[in-house]
Amino acid sequence: MVKMVISGNSASAYGSKLARAEVIAAYPITPQTSIIEKIASLVANGEFETQFVKVESEHSAMAACISASLTGARTYTASSSHGLLLMHEMLIWASGARTPVVMSNINRANGPPWSVWADQHDTMAQRDTGWMQIYCESNQEVLDSILMAYKVGESRDIMLPSMIIEDAFILSHTVEPVDMPDQSAVDDFLPAYDPEMKLDVDDPHGFGSLVMPEWYMEFRYKIAEAMDKTRDKLRDVQKDFESRFGRSYGGLMEFYECEDAEAVLVISGSVASTAKEVVDRMRSAGKKVGLARLRYFRPFPVDEVRWLAKNVNCIGIVDRSYCFGHGGPMAAEIYGALMPVADKPIVKNFIAGLGGRDLTPEVLERLYENMLAIRSGGVDMEIEWVDVKDGRGG
Amino acid sequence: MSKFKRDYKKHQDLPLMPITFVSSEENQTGFWKTFKPVLEKEKCIKCAICWKFCPEPAIDIGDDDYPTFRMEHCKGCGICANECPKDAIQMVMEEE
Repeated sequence: MVKMVISGNSASAYGSKLARAEVIAAYPITPQTSIIEKIASLVANGEFETQFVKVESEHSAMAACISASLTGARTYTASSSHGLLLMHEMLIWASGARTPVVMSNINRANGPPWSVWADQHDTMAQRDTGWMQIYCESNQEVLDSILMAYKVGESRDIMLPSMIIEDAFILSHTVEPVDMPDQSAVDDFLPAYDPEMKLDVDDPHGFGSLVMPEWYMEFRYKIAEAMDKTRDKLRDVQKDFESRFGRSYGGLMEFYECEDAEAVLVISGSVASTAKEVVDRMRSAGKKVGLARLRYFRPFPVDEVRWLAKNVNCIGIVDRSYCFGHGGPMAAEIYGALMPVADKPIVKNFIAGLGGRDLTPEVLERLYENMLAIRSGGVDMEIEWVDVKDGRGG
Repeated sequence: MSKFKRDYKKHQDLPLMPITFVSSEENQTGFWKTFKPVLEKEKCIKCAICWKFCPEPAIDIGDDDYPTFRMEHCKGCGICANECPKDAIQMVMEEE
């Protein structure tokens, strides 16, 4: 094992290399570009043996990955923002075709207004595509999550694709020390992809053909069932990974100082690191606050959210995107999961950090103070757009 | 003999995704068309671009290198006529 000081994008490229991805098809987009530049240089230097396909669009990149996956090859791609949106049709095809493609997506705002900075609107808009979604906090988590995503997705009872998600620039272009596991240890953890079903010239079939209404639902049910199974599967895979590599990230939702907390914020992505600092600072001042870091948006951590509601009666959800019409996507999902809970907590939805606006410790501390205040004083606002300039100062 | 079953009673019997058991050769969609392609042989330069672009198994290149149309497969889309660099394919209304 060596330690390298690398960006989240380099960690992604090395993740695909350690996983021995056999076919990589990608199209460049800021801030994902340095992933495929790194892969291209690894291939050019003879350090990475893979079929690197340059394509004319993200739609084609995903189509190429799906087709390659159907032949039994391990595949990888990466995109961001508008590139991911262009892939949307093929994302749904990938899960329907049960191809365990793994892709990195750099969370970047959608335009207009044109923006290249961190915002979760691109991936949240892919909620219904049948992909697992893992929101990362560190470059190490980016690399490790790629390895685990192949293992989960390629299990014969799962066969679903995964998206490994990094915040634009904060992870994608910021360097951190990353433990680079030995190739042999990764090979032991992640054997070659061996699907039950693949394109086979000795047993030719067309894949993904027309199905009449009498059987369509059954195929969709099988996807739903497999996605539900991923919850246990990924917990097992994380345990296995931890026993081999000594690192663990907390399942579908990571709880930080939640057990006795009076107010908790639910946050995903790298902002969770800032929130942990704020929690420590406020705890040392005697304020009982905690953080629930949402790692997986799909599958959704239903049990974890219900556990949280049983322990904490004041929960604020910080969404870094908005569903025009009503509320942030994480809040909507959390409220849905809370329906069967008897004693419902006080909840509030914060919309914050869109288009890369910094979520500093000071901002988060204010949100925590607000939650502590509404715990006794009642909810002031159902949905608050944090620090939107409205001419009233502040 | 395929390893996949063909008779399904419940979702557990299904493969992961739907698969075909016959070749597209047997899936004849020629009856969809309104216009049919007609080759003007004297203009044809045997480049086979029509054959490359045809999205169906509807064009064969014969021993003489000229294209022939398989009307049981041709949907009448007109891509061949559009792509032909010599305008050697005309789309003609099919008779009743």
